[in-house]
Amino acid sequence: MGNNNINLTLNIWRQESAEAKGDFEKFKVSVSPDASILEMLDELNNKLEKEGKIPIAFESDCREGICGTCGLVVNGHPHGALPKIATCQLHMRNFKDGETLYIEPFRATAFKIIKDLIVDRSGFDEIQQAGGYISFNTGSAPDANAVPIPKEIASLALDAAECIGCGACVAACKNSSAMLFVAAKVSQFALLPQGQPERYERVQAMIAKMDELGFGSCSNTYACEAECPKGISVKNIARMNRDYIVSKVTKETV
Amino acid sequence: MIKLDPKIPAGHISEKWTNHKFNMKLVNPANKRKFDVIVVGTGLAGAGAAATLGELGYKVKAFTYHDSSRRAHSIGAQGGINAAKNYQNDGDSIYRLFYDTIKGGDFRSREANTYRLAEVSNNIIDQCVAQGVPFAREYGGTLANRSFGGAQVSRTFYARGETGQQLLLGAYSSLNRQIKLGNVQMFHRREMLDVVLVDGVAKGITVRNLLTGEIESYGAQAVILATGGYSNVYFLSTSAMLCNATAVWRAHKRGALFANPCFTQIHPTCLPVHGEGQSKLVLMSESLRNDGRIWVPKKAGDNRPPNEIPEDERDYYLERRYPSFGNLAPRDVSSRSAKYVCDEGRGVNGGKAVYLDFADAIKRLGEQTVKEKYGNLFDMYQNIMDENPYKVPMKIYPAPHYTMGGLWVDYNLMSNVPGLFVAGEANYSDHGANRLGASALMQGLADGYFIIPYTIGNYFGSEKPAKPDVNSHEFKESKDEVLENVNKLLSINGKQTVDEIHKKLGHLLIDKVGMSRDEPGLKQVIKDITELRDEFWQDVKVVGKGEDLNQNLERAGRVADFLELGELMAVDALNRDESCGAHFRVGHETKDGEAIRNDEEFAYVAAWEFEKVGKWNLHKENLEFEFVELATRSYK
Amino acid sequence: MGWLWESLNSSIGKKIVMAVTGIFLIIFLIVHLIGNITLFFGPDAFNGYVSTLDVVKPLIRVIEVVLLAVFIFHIFNGLRLWLENKKTQGGKFFGKYRVNASSENSSFSSRTMIISGSIVFIFLVLHLGTFFWRFNVHDPQGYADTHQYFFIVSELFGIWWYSALYVIAVLLLGFHLNHGFQSAFQTFGWNNKKYFPLIQKFGTVYAIIMALGFASMPVYFFFFYGGNL
Repeated sequence: MGNNNINLTLNIWRQESAEAKGDFEKFKVSVSPDASILEMLDELNNKLEKEGKIPIAFESDCREGICGTCGLVVNGHPHGALPKIATCQLHMRNFKDGETLYIEPFRATAFKIIKDLIVDRSGFDEIQQAGGYISFNTGSAPDANAVPIPKEIASLALDAAECIGCGACVAACKNSSAMLFVAAKVSQFALLPQGQPERYERVQAMIAKMDELGFGSCSNTYACEAECPKGISVKNIARMNRDYIVSKVTKETV
Repeated sequence: MIKLDPKIPAGHISEKWTNHKFNMKLVNPANKRKFDVIVVGTGLAGAGAAATLGELGYKVKAFTYHDSSRRAHSIGAQGGINAAKNYQNDGDSIYRLFYDTIKGGDFRSREANTYRLAEVSNNIIDQCVAQGVPFAREYGGTLANRSFGGAQVSRTFYARGETGQQLLLGAYSSLNRQIKLGNVQMFHRREMLDVVLVDGVAKGITVRNLLTGEIESYGAQAVILATGGYSNVYFLSTSAMLCNATAVWRAHKRGALFANPCFTQIHPTCLPVHGEGQSKLVLMSESLRNDGRIWVPKKAGDNRPPNEIPEDERDYYLERRYPSFGNLAPRDVSSRSAKYVCDEGRGVNGGKAVYLDFADAIKRLGEQTVKEKYGNLFDMYQNIMDENPYKVPMKIYPAPHYTMGGLWVDYNLMSNVPGLFVAGEANYSDHGANRLGASALMQGLADGYFIIPYTIGNYFGSEKPAKPDVNSHEFKESKDEVLENVNKLLSINGKQTVDEIHKKLGHLLIDKVGMSRDEPGLKQVIKDITELRDEFWQDVKVVGKGEDLNQNLERAGRVADFLELGELMAVDALNRDESCGAHFRVGHETKDGEAIRNDEEFAYVAAWEFEKVGKWNLHKENLEFEFVELATRSYK
Repeated sequence: MGWLWESLNSSIGKKIVMAVTGIFLIIFLIVHLIGNITLFFGPDAFNGYVSTLDVVKPLIRVIEVVLLAVFIFHIFNGLRLWLENKKTQGGKFFGKYRVNASSENSSFSSRTMIISGSIVFIFLVLHLGTFFWRFNVHDPQGYADTHQYFFIVSELFGIWWYSALYVIAVLLLGFHLNHGFQSAFQTFGWNNKKYFPLIQKFGTVYAIIMALGFASMPVYFFFFYGGNL
């Protein structure tokens, strides 16, 4: 423990199960400014375990901001107030000594709370299963350089494909809409030549699934883009809207 | 008595796989749906295998402990994936990729497997592009490449610093398609805690439902473990928090041999440790070594800020010692060199860190180009270290990263237990004693997409395994044992937390079974680990219930297995009285500190058979090199 | 036509209904404002303008019916979206964040569409109940019968609370339009790196012109024409 530790008051959402009533529990901690917020929770949990108390349930895995497992709402911001980082990359040096933090789970009807700060994001998988792929079987691919793809297009597709599926867009949205998440995948494939054959079926199938799962619609507040740890642009939503309209208006088969 | 038969097909190395594919037994398309396959782990190898087997028509059950298969730690790989496409016209070929890989692995891998890996590498790139993986492109629209450690050709395909993510999401999309088509049934939040054998043949698994705590049985005619590596045994590593060895370890305890456990790779370009509360180490892609120059001050105790240390007082030690490979020397060589200079007291401020400097690259290419190539890595560095790497050199230090060791498999990727296949990092792989950069993604996908789907068909076609009954006594006994283990962990109620003990284990291992190993140290550490294991079973405190989501219990089970595996790593390191690749035994080095292999005595795969906790029997698979000459690795 | 019904009821479809009707109303407001500017040129100009409209009454009636339909769609759909979206937020117990930081990630006007829209709607009812009713249906003072529409305006804007409400409502309308304008383009998928910043700026300028334009009338009549200054 360095002496440059900062002291914080944490109000952390505790909830035993999906049905149980939850509430905030208050903790006082002293933490190194170099630690990440999840390391702070690790330390707190270690202390709780030592005292025989039930540690705070939260999810994380890679701790490099790429796997999308972690996701806490810190003082009202999914993944904290800093732009373009996941919760695991939020370091305590960004907080002032004596500050009070509210740490909450992602809240949305489509993200049922499982325990404490863990929510069920399986809806995202279901949306991807509805059409987030290119249909072809292993072994049937042509040579990788057979179809040239302009650098700019590949780069735009990658901008969209960077989505880590964390759910912050849903958590930030006042309508709990998954538009940014869905748009990222739709957009990636809509841009690439490989995605063309199923382009219009895909957008319809994914939107239909999103609606069915109880995610809201888009109010174009762009809170999703502001809170997205990868900075996925709402232009992808526009691209998806365009494809959706085109698919509905001009395509006979879908 | 276990007989190790690698089942290497006959013929010239370039024809083995083709011949083998032709000679394999096939399963009629209509019969494929009668075969159930369990795939544990849904990273590159697991998702790739599950999707491809689904496409072929097998009935697949895929398991992950994550909430989604997209979270697997394959996603963390940054730099790229190798393939022998020779798009750069710089003299690459399948043979060269094979040779680089086997040489990089310091001649401790099986020739035939490594060749096959190089052979299918090109199919992987085709496959991924077809999946819509947005690889980096040239202005003309063709694929771009970059160079990586241990190679003198440019053969690494990449998608910014997120190649692993993009490849995993590609595999995930193929998997999703099969889930939708009903060929793959996906089980999330299940941790595999046992392999079930019926008459010595793998027939299923026992898992714990991480949401409810329920112990569940699943049967199939074959089980594929694609559960990744065990670097987390060191506590601090670049692996994700949940990465663990439990699946392979429980399989090992059921009879699968564990091969070369001491071959663990310490990656040279990671961020230094900042404090005891740290949960993991962050990797900075090795691709940074393309343009970054690694140096330390010439004099120990030179604590000036890096930009104030003049050029002639800096030691660019990799460029000095390995003029032809320079900063792109293989990982083991680079890591060890960093350790040496830091041991000499020449690390940053005398501590455990060296500089990775981009000043020259920025001068040569301009800040914008450097930003385009490495922007996200630089941002990541700035976020974590609170320093601007465009202005101040990065600080890096080696960290446990990848484990070449794993369950022993034959040419068909089947372990010595019939019906139990092992893919990706989980198997004793094609990387020998050291893996080259950008080869892990290649191997995971090769195993998953292009190898296991063939070889499993051969197993079904030739052995015609019967469907198991999950209500049989074998499944029930496994369930009981798993439950007993869970209850045991919950009942100890000691004083130390799981993490405390895990950290102790990590310190022991990194110290004694890390970048350099010696006999007294290994002997000591075996004793220490045994004691720590006793301490764990007497004094660990696991809170909560078994019938609930209980992350404390999950971690406890994993650490219990690490405490056994850690000992085996030391046992293996002690047995291997030579230096090779990542395994560096003090006393087996040249004057310059280069590793000296002992091919006479140790050109074998050490495959360990579990007898009881703390007791293993060694089996050797001798490595024969017909097509490459055993040479001393030189990167000078 | 099942596909159309289905499409319009999807999350994107509902947004498209909002956008299409919104664009229609945006155009209507421009026409409305231009016509009303004649108020500043005195009774003859304004009365003449309204009387001209009378000449093409059948056409105007058709437009009014369409306009009514558009308004109803816009309002009904907006309310429906609001109600549906409320249900997505996790319910009253789990749904509310203890700390709400939405002011830091989204614009005020984008978050308050339902509020600004509702108040504009209340105003609209009042507006129709006064101006529209007296111009077209029944004017107790009888000005409308003699085409003295200007006096109706000056009389109504002479009432302080009426003018105040009018000003507040059109300012909120400004916020509503500021978000609605660019939002419609986003919904149609016309978000392009080159043009979208321009569309956003244009929308803001449009919203300001509409808000100030419509607000200038009660202000003018109450303070200057009515001589209350």
